[in-house]
Amino acid sequence: MAFTLTINGQSRNVEVEGDTPLLWVLRDALNMVGTKFGCGAAQCGACTVHLDGVPVRACVTPVRRVGTKAVTTIEGVGSDPVGARVQEAWKTIDVPQCGYCQAGQIMAATALLTAKPRPTDADIDAAMNGNLCRCATYNRIRSAIKAASGQEV
Amino acid sequence: MDKRLASPSRRLFLQTSAAVGGGLLLSFNLPAAGRAAEAAAPSRLNAFVRIARDGTVTIAAKRAEIGQGMKTTLPMLIAEELDVDWAQVRIEQAPVDNAVYGDQWAGGSMSTPQEWEPTRRVGAVARALLIAAAAQRWGLPAAGLVTEPGVVIDPAGKRRLAYGELVEAAAKLPVPDPQALTLKDPARYRIIGKAHPQSDNPAIVTGQPLYGLDVRLPGMLYATFLKAPVFGARVDRVDLAPALAVKGVRAAFVVEGGTALDGLLPGVAVVADSWWTARKGRQALEVVWTDHPASGQSSVAMAARAAELARQAPQRVMRQEGNVETALAGAAKVVEAAYHYPFLAHATLEPQNCTAAWKDGKVEIWAPAQDPEEGRGLVARTLGVAPGDVTIHLTRSGGGFGRRLMNDYMVEAAWIARQAGAPTQLIWSREDDTRHDFYRPAGWHNLTAGLDAQGALVAWRSHAVSFGEGDKFVRAAEVDASQFPARAVANHLQTVSTLPLAVPTGWLRAPGNNAFGWVFQSFIDELAHASGQDPVAFRRRLLGEPRALGKPGGWDNLDTGRMRGVLDRAAEMAGWGRAVAKGTGLGIAAHFSHLGYVAVVIEASVGDDGTPVVHKAWAAVDVGRQILNPSGAEQQVQGSVLDAIGSTLRQKITLENGAVVEGNFGDYPLLRFAEAPPVEVAFVLSDHPPTGLGEPAYPPTPPALCNALFAATGKRIRTLPIGDQLA
Ligand code: FES
Ligand code: FES
Repeated sequence: MAFTLTINGQSRNVEVEGDTPLLWVLRDALNMVGTKFGCGAAQCGACTVHLDGVPVRACVTPVRRVGTKAVTTIEGVGSDPVGARVQEAWKTIDVPQCGYCQAGQIMAATALLTAKPRPTDADIDAAMNGNLCRCATYNRIRSAIKAASGQEV
Repeated sequence: MDKRLASPSRRLFLQTSAAVGGGLLLSFNLPAAGRAAEAAAPSRLNAFVRIARDGTVTIAAKRAEIGQGMKTTLPMLIAEELDVDWAQVRIEQAPVDNAVYGDQWAGGSMSTPQEWEPTRRVGAVARALLIAAAAQRWGLPAAGLVTEPGVVIDPAGKRRLAYGELVEAAAKLPVPDPQALTLKDPARYRIIGKAHPQSDNPAIVTGQPLYGLDVRLPGMLYATFLKAPVFGARVDRVDLAPALAVKGVRAAFVVEGGTALDGLLPGVAVVADSWWTARKGRQALEVVWTDHPASGQSSVAMAARAAELARQAPQRVMRQEGNVETALAGAAKVVEAAYHYPFLAHATLEPQNCTAAWKDGKVEIWAPAQDPEEGRGLVARTLGVAPGDVTIHLTRSGGGFGRRLMNDYMVEAAWIARQAGAPTQLIWSREDDTRHDFYRPAGWHNLTAGLDAQGALVAWRSHAVSFGEGDKFVRAAEVDASQFPARAVANHLQTVSTLPLAVPTGWLRAPGNNAFGWVFQSFIDELAHASGQDPVAFRRRLLGEPRALGKPGGWDNLDTGRMRGVLDRAAEMAGWGRAVAKGTGLGIAAHFSHLGYVAVVIEASVGDDGTPVVHKAWAAVDVGRQILNPSGAEQQVQGSVLDAIGSTLRQKITLENGAVVEGNFGDYPLLRFAEAPPVEVAFVLSDHPPTGLGEPAYPPTPPALCNALFAATGKRIRTLPIGDQLA
C-alpha cells in the first residue's frame, strides 16, 4: 500500500504493508537509521519518535495508524529549539556510553521539556522510565535534562 | 584518490590524498617499535596518524568502540605527545588489520594497560619528526627546539613553524626509535587527565549512521535466522513455502551448520526486502527440530545435581594452604553458607547483527564486534575462504559487555549473504538475542570459615560447583583460586566439582569476578556480623599490612595496601558508621580484578512490597596514577555499578527442556531510570601504571548491595537474583 507521511517537515511516499511498524518504514524503506531497534515490543524506548509532538514507540506503531500526524525523528528533532538544547546538553555532559539508546532518550527528554520546561526529579523519573539504557547512563541523563532546562545540575 | 609511497626509512609512508584536507599528508605507522617495547607491553606497538597542511590531525582509533570510550581516549594519548590542540583532531575508526594495528579487540579492560605506553610513543615519534624537520629548515640542532600545540618554536622563541608547514619535510626523515624518546612530564599534560566528551557524540545525538544496524549497501536485503531453541539441534523438517509466499520475501533456506556451539549453528534463514517482511516470513514457518541430548537440560536439574555434588567429596583441589580441617576443629566459631548465582545474558541494547557482501569469492563484512580478528578466522574456516579474502569493517557497537567477543552472528551473516546472492544484513530479534547468548555461567559455592576467640579469620574452606568436565571448565566457568581472602588466611582450601554443560557460555563484564566477588565479599560480611565486628574494621584486619599477594604484574597480584586505600576512601565518602533510618542499611565490599581496586558502599532499604530500594552508591577506585579521560572513567564506573545493581536485583536466565525461557526485557529486566541511584565516584591515585575501567567496578557492587540489605533487614541474600526474596 502507498502511504504519504510527514517526517521532519517533509512529505515522504512509501510503498509498504499497512501493518509495518513505523520503525521499519523509517529504517528499511526510507534509510533513516537514527531511530533504533532494541526490543520490538515497546519495552525499551530505543525507537521513540514523536507523533504531533507526543512520544511513541515506533516499533509498535503500524504505519497505517500514523495518518496525517507529523512524525519527528532524531534526525529532525534538532530543528526544534528544545530538541537542540537537549542535544547540546547531551554532548557537553557527555551522556552516551555506547550511545545506542540515546536517540530514544533524547526524543523522550525533548517531549518532557516541551510539556514541562522545568521538570522536577519525579517528572524526570516518570518521563524517562520507559527508556532503557543498558550502559546505565541514567545519572548523566538526569544531569543533562536539568542542564537543558536551565536547572542546577 | 589515495596513493601511498613506502619510504625507505622503515615503515614511513608518504601519502597524498585529494580527499582529506586537500594537501600533502604525513602518515606513518609503527607496527613494531623494537623488542624493548614488546617486552614492556604485551601488545604490539602501532598507530596511524595523518597531518594535513592546514594542521588538521587525523588519528585512527585502533580498538573496537563498544561504549568504553577508547575511540576517544586512545587518540587523546597520541594527541598529547604529538602536542596538538584537541580541537584540531579528527578521529577515524581504523580498518581491521592486526598486521598493521596490532591488537584491536576490546575486552578484559586491557586497552588502557596495553596502550598507555606504546600509544603515547606513537605521538612522540610524530612530534620528533616535526621537530627534526624544523631543525633542518633552520639549521639548528633539534635538541633545543620546543613545541606548543601545533607549532615548533626555536630556542630563542622567535621563529615558529606550524606542523602543517613541516609535514612534507618530516615525511622524508627517518623514523626515530620510539623507545629513545622522552615522554612528556605529566605535569605538562594539556589533554590527558582532562574530561573529553566522546568524539562520536555529535553523530550520536543527531542519529547519524554509526552502528552495525545502520549499515546500508546498494541492493541490500534483510535476514532473520531461526535457530533451534535447544542449542545445536538440527532442522528435521521444514516447509519453506509459507515463508516464500509472503510478499517481499526473496529467499528462505536451511543452513546445515555444525555442532560447535560457538560456530555456525543449524537453522532456517529468511531473506526479504525489509526486516519486518523477513520476520513475517519466519513466523509463517513451522520447523521440526531433531531430538537433541541437550534437551534434557534444566536449571532445576542442575541445581539438584549441584546440591548432590556439594555433599560429596570435591573432585579437585585448586589451592591448599595450611591445614583447614585442623584449624576449623580448633576454631571458636564456625560459619557455613551456600551461595548460588544464575546464568546471565549480556542483553546489549543493539541486538546482534552483521552485514555481509560477497564479490568474486571475497566477502566484505560490517560488524559491531569486540574481537574482529577472531571473526575473520571463523568466517574463513567456516566458508572455506582465505582469511585475506575476508575484509572486516568495525562499526560502533551498541554495547558489548563481552557478548561481541564471540562472532557467531558474523559467520551467520557471511553464510546467509553468500547463499542469498546479495548484500545482506542479518538482524537478530531481541528474543533471538536473549535465547542465543553466550551466558555468564551459573555456579554454586559452599563455604565454611573458622574464627578464633578474638574474631580473627583462621580457616576458609570453599567447595565450588561449576561447569566442565575432567580438569577442563567450560568457557568463563573457571574457578579462580586466587580470589581474596586466599593468601590472606593461613589455612585455606579451595576445591571444585564440575557438572557437564551443553549451553554456550562466555565472558560477561568482569568474568568470574562478577560472581566470586559477590560470594566471597558477602561471606566475609557474614563473618564480620557473626563475630560482632564492624564490616569495615573486619576487612581492614583481614587485609593486614600493605603487601603484594602475588607476583609483580600478575593478574592475581592483589596489593593489600591499595585495597585498604579504596576501602577507607569509600567508607569515608559514604560516612560509614553514621546513623541511618530504621529499615535502611549501609553495605560495603571491595574487590580486585582486571588490575583495578574498587570499594563500593551502598545505602538501601526495602519498600513495603518487598522491593529493594537503592538510595545511593559510592565507589572508590584505584587504577593507578593517571586517569586518562575523567569523563569516560566516571561513566565506566557508574555504568558498572548500575549494571551490577540491575543484574543483582532481577536478572536470571532459566533453562527448561534445554532452552532458555526468558525472551525480551519483560522477563529479562534491565535496571530502569527511576530505580537507578546516584553513583558518586572518587579515584584514589596510586603510583602505578594506569589500568582499565570497563570491569573492576562491577564485582564489588552485588555484595555491597546484599550487605546493605542485610544491614537494613537482617536477611542474608545467598541466592541471586534478589527478586522477591525480601517480600
Ligand atoms: S524497539 Fe521499540 S520500544 Fe524497544
Ligand atoms: S548508552 Fe549504551 S544503551 Fe544507553
